[in-house]
Amino acid sequence: MKALAVAVKEIRQISRDRRTLAILLFVPAFFLLLYGYALNFDIRNIPLAVQDNDRTSTSRGVISAFVQSGYFDLVQDVPRSVDVVDVLDRGDARAVLVIPGGFGSDAGRGQPTSVQMIINGDNANTATTVMGYAVGLVSAISARYQREARVLAPAAPLLTAETRVWYNPELRSTYFLVPGLIAYIAMLTAVVSTALSIVREKEVGTMEQVRMSPVGPFAYVIGKTVPFFCVSLVSSMGIIGLSMLLFDLPMRGSWLLLFVSVSVFLVGALAFGVLISTLAETQQVAFQVALLTSYLPTLMLSGFIFPISSMPVVLQAITYTVPARYFLIALRGIVLKGVGAEVFWPQLVALAVFAAVVLTLASLRLKREWGMGR
Amino acid sequence: MNAIEVRHLTRRFGAFVAVNDLSFDVGQGEIFGFLGSNGAGKSTTIRMLCGLLRPTSGSATVGGTDVGRDPEAVKLRIGYMSQRFSLYEKLTVDQNIAFFAGIYGLPRERFAARRAAVLEMSGLKGRESALTGSLSGGWKQRLGLGCAILHEPPIVFLDEPTGGVDPLSRRRFWRLIEELAKSGTTVLVTTHYLDEAEHCHRIAIIHAGRLAALGTVAELKRIFAGRPILEVQAQEPVEAMRRLDEMPDVEKTSIFGSAVHAVMRSADAGPEAITARLASVGISSSCRVVEPSLEDAFLDIAERSVS
Repeated sequence: MKALAVAVKEIRQISRDRRTLAILLFVPAFFLLLYGYALNFDIRNIPLAVQDNDRTSTSRGVISAFVQSGYFDLVQDVPRSVDVVDVLDRGDARAVLVIPGGFGSDAGRGQPTSVQMIINGDNANTATTVMGYAVGLVSAISARYQREARVLAPAAPLLTAETRVWYNPELRSTYFLVPGLIAYIAMLTAVVSTALSIVREKEVGTMEQVRMSPVGPFAYVIGKTVPFFCVSLVSSMGIIGLSMLLFDLPMRGSWLLLFVSVSVFLVGALAFGVLISTLAETQQVAFQVALLTSYLPTLMLSGFIFPISSMPVVLQAITYTVPARYFLIALRGIVLKGVGAEVFWPQLVALAVFAAVVLTLASLRLKREWGMGR
Repeated sequence: MNAIEVRHLTRRFGAFVAVNDLSFDVGQGEIFGFLGSNGAGKSTTIRMLCGLLRPTSGSATVGGTDVGRDPEAVKLRIGYMSQRFSLYEKLTVDQNIAFFAGIYGLPRERFAARRAAVLEMSGLKGRESALTGSLSGGWKQRLGLGCAILHEPPIVFLDEPTGGVDPLSRRRFWRLIEELAKSGTTVLVTTHYLDEAEHCHRIAIIHAGRLAALGTVAELKRIFAGRPILEVQAQEPVEAMRRLDEMPDVEKTSIFGSAVHAVMRSADAGPEAITARLASVGISSSCRVVEPSLEDAFLDIAERSVS
């Protein structure tokens, strides 16, 4: 079979070409480590200053609850005479907890009371997260006091919202990011390596030689892409395995389903690489086009980093053409939720449609390119 | 039956006519040279004959098959080797041979014998596992030819096959081509090395997309019949050339090494007459009639086809 001859040749070439192989197998792992550790939205060890105007065992209980949560580091005890704003101004602390005088006695009597939390808002993301932590801690402490107070005053009304986060109770951003990372890396390796490898043959002149032979364009392209499909599949599965190992990524769903989803996604990505190769005459152009059309949308418009729901309407519309958008939902569904295809079949269908459309376009372009012209 | 028959073959790219009304036949077992300067239309013609490019008008049959109608059938019957080295540099000699066997669908039972033949022919026996990229130009070229004829095609197209190869390797390469032709394979080769063209049985000179001349080397040189070429050796060749140009019976002059070649309009004035004429203007020279070279013929034909 002619496609087989092309595939064997391609595998031999890839295995000989250390650089390409490294790009295909090790760069994804490198990206995972880099992004996995750097793209971490969790915030720990927030420098916290405290102005305790109460100085009772109750107030100290609140402070120790903050410190023991692990989110805050107590850096300063601010005396009553000092303005807490100065502490924030100097940047000694990102947040200041102010406990009013009489806090302990009020709480002991079950009377409503409050603490003040002043947060440095120069980084909105951090501030929001810190606020979330503080509100969570305070409501936990408050619930405890209310329970204790109820013994004394059983009629005290109790109405609190209990927030519980599912699938990722600790809100670890790695859980959220790793599926995106897999999509991003798979897209990059599949599209770029396929496009470059075909355009390279154009540049070197081996493409002309192959066109003179009875190998048709489709046998040629199948032979070219199947090895890259296998390498991309191994690399994607490797990233998932590595994420489980390094970032405790859970794998709650079916491996078979994961395999199928990754495969459908990769077919679309490889076809996209072939399409680019039919449009570019040099590797440089192919690389730039591939980067612009696959890397950027996957990074920005897939919901990998920026939530789609908070994008402008026009951008939201564009995200529907980004295959990673669907792949991410499917992947998060399988890995984090452990749900089956009955939940994310629309995404699988969308991926299949993307693959079919791009395959058709690539075939048409390929036929024109290999055809004899007018 | 002729191996290749070309009738009024024309190819336009927009307003540009790359190949203009070309007609010729190539017999079986013939080494047919395609001679022309860069951009003359040689490669475009080969691409049409190999079924890669559709003729705008006219027709061509290769091995009895119409290239416009059934290019895929043509591809099965031809071997092709291009000016650009078209093997995979990062594969070994053996892996390249296996690849070509695969894409031409060479049956397993024929493979071993053909592989041995190609290794023998290219002189690469014992170096099967060498990286192709590490071979020198001559070896690569012979391996390229070997891969192109692995499936034993009756017709082989060689598009400037000897570019960038040393003279010794070129000679060895041409010996291979001559053996190939002797065994009945038809070879169509393009070149702009005029010394190489002497190996061809017949030569077509292409100029600006048109067939300017066609024939054996001897036939092409006959363009100088009745127009002897005089080689003039003089102390001051430039001054001698100027004087020669002033003579009404000198058609044109050109510098050939340290000598001047003068093409005469007729055989009336011999070498002695020219020496005497130059002596009369104070130029001492020696003069003799020389055989026209293929280069003389090529340049003359090219000039004529322009006017």
